[in-house]
Amino acid sequence: MIRLGDRLVPPSMKSAPGEALHLAHLMASHGYFFPIDDHVLTVKNDNTYYRFQTPCFWPSKCGEPENTDYAVYLCKRTMQNKQRLELADYEAENLARLQKMFSRKWEFIFMQAEAQAKVDKKRDKLERKVLDSQERAFWDVHRPVPGCVNTTEVDIKKACRINRHSKMSPSTRGSIVEITRHTGIFFVTMAIQNLTCTFTGILFFLKQIDALRKKIEKRRVKISKVTESYTAYYEQYAEFDACITVPDPSNPWIADNTDFWDQEKTLDIPQRRVKRWAFSIEELVRDHAGKDQFSKFLDKEFSGENLKFWLACNELKYLPMREVQSKVQEIFTEFLAPGAHNPVNVDSRIAELVRKRVENNPTRHCFEEAQDHIFKLMKSDSYSRYLRSDMYKEFLSGTRKKQTRSIIPKLPSLSIGGQ
Amino acid sequence: MAAEALRVENQEMIDSLGREAEELKKKLEEEKAKLNDVDMCVASSRIDEISQFNMKTRRALKGHQGKVLCMDWCSDKKHIVSSSQDGKMLVWDAFTTNKEHAVTMPTTWVMACSYGPSGSVVACGGLDNKCTIYPLSMDEDPVTRKKAVATHTSYLSCCSFTCSDQQILTGSGDSTCALWDVESGQLIQSFHGHAGDVTSIDLSTSETGNLFVSGGCDKVAMVWDMRTGECVQVFDGHDSDINSVKFYPSGDAFVTGSDDATCRLFDLRADREVNCYRKESIIFGCNAVDFSISGRLLFGGYNDYTVNIWDVLKGNRISILYAHENRVSCLGVSPDGTALCTGSWDYMLKIWA
Repeated sequence: MIRLGDRLVPPSMKSAPGEALHLAHLMASHGYFFPIDDHVLTVKNDNTYYRFQTPCFWPSKCGEPENTDYAVYLCKRTMQNKQRLELADYEAENLARLQKMFSRKWEFIFMQAEAQAKVDKKRDKLERKVLDSQERAFWDVHRPVPGCVNTTEVDIKKACRINRHSKMSPSTRGSIVEITRHTGIFFVTMAIQNLTCTFTGILFFLKQIDALRKKIEKRRVKISKVTESYTAYYEQYAEFDACITVPDPSNPWIADNTDFWDQEKTLDIPQRRVKRWAFSIEELVRDHAGKDQFSKFLDKEFSGENLKFWLACNELKYLPMREVQSKVQEIFTEFLAPGAHNPVNVDSRIAELVRKRVENNPTRHCFEEAQDHIFKLMKSDSYSRYLRSDMYKEFLSGTRKKQTRSIIPKLPSLSIGGQ
Repeated sequence: MAAEALRVENQEMIDSLGREAEELKKKLEEEKAKLNDVDMCVASSRIDEISQFNMKTRRALKGHQGKVLCMDWCSDKKHIVSSSQDGKMLVWDAFTTNKEHAVTMPTTWVMACSYGPSGSVVACGGLDNKCTIYPLSMDEDPVTRKKAVATHTSYLSCCSFTCSDQQILTGSGDSTCALWDVESGQLIQSFHGHAGDVTSIDLSTSETGNLFVSGGCDKVAMVWDMRTGECVQVFDGHDSDINSVKFYPSGDAFVTGSDDATCRLFDLRADREVNCYRKESIIFGCNAVDFSISGRLLFGGYNDYTVNIWDVLKGNRISILYAHENRVSCLGVSPDGTALCTGSWDYMLKIWA
């Protein structure tokens, strides 16, 4: 018998009594120790007494018990005629249910219970008391009090896997060998098996060596460098992380109002969103408003087709299969074919590569190189110019509030004027 | 006996190949060791500690009659889809806690569910080995317009739409992942390589990535090229099943949660494990992981009914949430990072902020 005290708590956890108690509760609910006078397997930080479970009853040492075992156990308790062994209400209900279920072999169950009770009677009184409580605790784990968590339930994914493995158990494989031996073709099969084994072995190693060579050649980055990139990412995004920085307007889930979200919907795009556009071109084009702004800027620079091409290629990647072919043709005709309406500037090697693919094997990825090329071009060239432009700066500083309506309609006329 | 001679010769070849592989492995380890120049927790010491972290339950979503197994946020930041052991899939307005749709599946243990990026379609599946798509509309029962898209030879463990409602990526107990065309139900690409059940997948956040990561019961995480179906990187280190994988927000790394009671951060550029999140007092497996928006916080849902919150950079635990009364089976940070949703075997979902 133990009482919950310092000894149960590892020294490293003394600073966290809440966590220690939680861990103790879990150990109890899995049946490694248990309160002496209670069916509910938990641990309270009071003067309750606990007893350790005997190892043969640990869930790690024994499998899931059968319903018949439970029936025998409950039946036995009714025979022992002791107050401390009296069935709880839910146990009595379980017993009635089991009796109905096993009505045919109830006699057998009854006999087994009787035999067990007889053995128990011969035991020393103290030993019996301990054993009774350990047995009760075992069933409290496997058939818990209603409302308590059943800790022996298995995740179905893990259970599926265990079943599959047991189907492939050595005994079944052994019986196959047995059959082949009887039919006399055993030695031939063995020889063939050996050969295929060595061949698959060689193949396996060749593949592995190839993969390892590739891995060694691969360029890798130092830990110090990747850590730097993580910290930089954190510093850039900390103010947008509601778990780190308190947002303004306040977090809708805490404040119980939707101001935070409503602000996004208004005409004026909040500054915090515009700020993110400068983090990377990916951030800019991910935001609808950012995409629109960038597109307008590019139109002004006469390179609007780049973004259009890039977006069209992206759309192509996620189209239904049925529409892929026609979209490939459409993109090719608009941006890449000789005499295209909106020609994009890719070098001749890529242009030739893409042309061949469109002719022979149009897939959703056939513009890959061209798309990458254009993206790099936008990233290194137009994007940085956009960030330096008055258009972006005005957007960011918020002076656009009153001018918005005048600037945006002007844009098309500006570009026409430039032509 | 000719076969016997052939066998011996081949054995010699196998041995020499084995030796070569061993040498290459050693060389690879040496190369990797050279780049392991500093511990991440030390390198990030200049960053301030996170203090005064406080997260509370803000909503409780009650309605499932069985263990909640999976959840996903809608892009509108308010809606949630969840699936459970009793075969129900529910669509919630998490903000008001109202249930908007309820679908009864022809199977129990609906282990996977996912919201389409448009927010007008959901997908789910489980022990039926299928992934079924349900378009959501207010005037019609989703069941009338349901569509079975993907079929595996074992249970569906996870699914996720790509950047469009037209494609869905699935992972299964048959140890494969597959990309499907929603409209026709045709297979676009399959991904073979895992030696055990695939338990979790996550698509790269980067627009140009074309990558996704998968984790499985073979204890490894694999990074795949969606275009070619090839596995481009393999990461090992866990001692038990990987239950969950999630990309770091920048797309340069991912985290895994495992039955070995640890979470690990693997970096694609460094091609190795760069941090491990563990504690002596954590002895139960981790079922679900996700990052906060800045990538600084890692949320892990565990079999010991808790959510542990880790500092991704410094590697220490920041906080623990005594979240549920049974295993935490799934969790996810909302798209704008304002809330965390957890689902549990205690039949409940909770929103934390």
